[in-house]
Amino acid sequence: MPIKHPNLKLSRMTDAIPAWAGEIAPDDLHEICRQVRDGGGRLVALWGSDARPRGFMLHVVLVNETGMVCLNVLLSADQPAYPDISQIFPAASRMQRAAYDLLGLRAQDAPDQRKWLRHAAWASDSFPLRKDFDAAANRTQEADAYPFVQVEGQGVHEIPVGPVHAGIIEPGHFRFSVIGERVLRLEERLGYTHKGIEKRFESMSLQQGAKLAGRVSGDSTVAYAWAYAMAAESIAGVTPPSRALWLRALLLERERVANHLGDLGYLGNDVALAFGFAQFWMLKEQVLRNNATLFGHRYLMDKIVPGGVTVSLDAGGKRVIEEECAMLEREVGILRGIYEEHAGVQDRFIGTGRVEPKLAAQLGLCGMAGRASAQAWDARVQFATAPYDKLDVRMATYRNGDVAARVIVRFDELFESLRLQREILTNLIHEEDAPALLEKLPANGFGIGMVEGWRGEVMVAIHTDAEGKLGRVHPHDPSWQNWPLLEHAIIDNIVPDFPLINKSFNLSYSGQDL
Amino acid sequence: MDYSLIFAALFQLAQLLLVVLAAPLLTGWVNQCQAWLQNRSGAGVLQPYRVLRKLFHKDAVIAHNASWLFRVTPYIVFGCMWLAAAIIPIIAVDLPFSQAADVIALVGVFALARMFIALAAMDIGTSFGSLGARREMLVSFLAEPALLMVLFTASMISHSTQLPRIVEALAHHQFVLYPSLAFAALAFVIVLLAENARIPVDNPSTHLELTMIHEAMILEYSARHLALIEWASSLKLFAYMSIGIALFLPQGIAEMGHWAGLPLAIVILLLKLMLAGAGLAVLETVTAKMRIFRAPEFLGTAFLLAVLGLLIHFLLGA
Repeated sequence: MPIKHPNLKLSRMTDAIPAWAGEIAPDDLHEICRQVRDGGGRLVALWGSDARPRGFMLHVVLVNETGMVCLNVLLSADQPAYPDISQIFPAASRMQRAAYDLLGLRAQDAPDQRKWLRHAAWASDSFPLRKDFDAAANRTQEADAYPFVQVEGQGVHEIPVGPVHAGIIEPGHFRFSVIGERVLRLEERLGYTHKGIEKRFESMSLQQGAKLAGRVSGDSTVAYAWAYAMAAESIAGVTPPSRALWLRALLLERERVANHLGDLGYLGNDVALAFGFAQFWMLKEQVLRNNATLFGHRYLMDKIVPGGVTVSLDAGGKRVIEEECAMLEREVGILRGIYEEHAGVQDRFIGTGRVEPKLAAQLGLCGMAGRASAQAWDARVQFATAPYDKLDVRMATYRNGDVAARVIVRFDELFESLRLQREILTNLIHEEDAPALLEKLPANGFGIGMVEGWRGEVMVAIHTDAEGKLGRVHPHDPSWQNWPLLEHAIIDNIVPDFPLINKSFNLSYSGQDL
Repeated sequence: MDYSLIFAALFQLAQLLLVVLAAPLLTGWVNQCQAWLQNRSGAGVLQPYRVLRKLFHKDAVIAHNASWLFRVTPYIVFGCMWLAAAIIPIIAVDLPFSQAADVIALVGVFALARMFIALAAMDIGTSFGSLGARREMLVSFLAEPALLMVLFTASMISHSTQLPRIVEALAHHQFVLYPSLAFAALAFVIVLLAENARIPVDNPSTHLELTMIHEAMILEYSARHLALIEWASSLKLFAYMSIGIALFLPQGIAEMGHWAGLPLAIVILLLKLMLAGAGLAVLETVTAKMRIFRAPEFLGTAFLLAVLGLLIHFLLGA
């Protein structure tokens, strides 16, 4: 990634993806971010780490078409502060707030300095990801006061929804300001499923870490496990055998198919077309059962490990997948016809929850939802790491940005995934893997892995400590970028359309609450 | 000694018990048909009874700020619906309570229940309660006139607003096709869907609190209160289907004094209800829920159809 700045020296990371890293002073952060944004780049992730006695580190990952750059900003140990970049990349705001809650790194002059992940689980002056944090001594009885933004005016009232919902879904709080049924503003409050995943990673072994990474967000377990493995392999400087890479891609596409099937069913259910719900979920169940018989886990957890995979596929298994692909192509084709010709369904989908391409670009909408708003970006295409470099993925994009567009993108990606699975099967040669699983990582290493999960780009960064154990692991979910867009998508829609819009994004709570 | 009065009283009692016991079965039947239409095996027609038993065995949780209104509403709603379902002539026309089955009074009974449930929804002060009550009022104030117009069309033909007289006139005179009633029947189906919180106006099985109408009003109810409201919903559906059958398909009902015809009348009624339930299931399976602001158009159509029926009656005299 060509960034020209006198104070930035980039070094290529030994990565499957084109990635560079460089250390800068806080004062240069603004200038570089602006340069990347003006060149069409965007923010992927922002997190902090405790590198004392040297100081604290702020890590900012930016990306454009040519590659990815990780800016490591050294902050002082007693006054860790850096210039706010949320005015350049709006998506940074919540990540900056989380970085303060977890490490006490302050974004100076940031317009929003409220807590994000903390709630009332620990005291406001203690920071869990600092090395000297004592979890046992930090139980707090502090009340959880959170100042929501108030909308005032005649006839405006608030509808607080959640975190406990009428159905069994993940917890999140949504504060609607409405006039009648029309939504003036939505404010999200997340963080209810904060589990301390990042803290838990500390001093885990590489293998334990792989298990935990696969559980950051259960519906993207393959993407997380692969991104984690990719980061670890980049630190160790190894490349997994090609058969393992083919199998990883197969698992990733199966995860995409299962999730898209589930979502398409849910979208039918949300407009009370229970028929669509039942059909799509029968198909999803078939995929999950095949996963269980072929790979030993319905959701494919722990099948990708640093260095390779723990599964294999014989000729019989290939046949099962081929038959499944043919069945899905036939059935989903019929269901797609029903959805597209159903006037009632299309009336609910079209024009609902629109995110204009311009807004999507400004705020950094990414992944599947981004592609429905003309953000033509797919890590399988842009950074086609092995084996995607041999697959020629056809990216699905649409520019309407409404629920209907997100449905179409899902359908297109589903069919493309079926095609990819078949292609992967023809490339999957029969040979036994040499067991080359990674045992241990070098000390003081730093690696990044990025994988296009079904929701969007999943990134995992690993810093190893002086003994080669996991020092700091940061898993990043595309939901960080996309949750704020949901607040915009609902504006001027009516309250009863929110569940449908929300489901059309289907963002992860667990993945962003960490 | 005149035994006919005692017989009539016995049959009235029988109908009272029959409707209250059979109403959940109708709901179960509709749900089961839907499951079949969606390729699911379904929970069986007896599921509503199991739900009721479960709810009656639970302890009720009541909001601290709930007033007496919140507590009495389930009983009032249940009572209203039971009364409505029991006085509609479904198996015989000449039962003692039938005299009370004036169509305008029936509409009033439904309105009474609705008023209490909307007030109770606002009583506890949650945003969902008021949200549901607001939407319910929007839907019902559009559905009510349409329902009245339907009923007026039928009473024009029989020159009476009493259901037994209407049924008597339609069922036991020589068989005539009334084009006005065809329009009224279409309008009635739309009103039935809206008033019973069915798709495409509302979704009785949704868990999405922001989209709810009827369910939003009863979110705070639990245990026996919820059981009574669920049961009342079943009774309401049963009552509406009975009204529909009485108005548009009364053939087969037992005539005044012909008590021997009763068993056959009951069998015919069951068949009609099964058919109506299956029809409802088909309707709900093929339609998606409409945006709430489409409901006025939808119910406007019902009103228009009912008015057309009335006009046709005046023009053709049929």
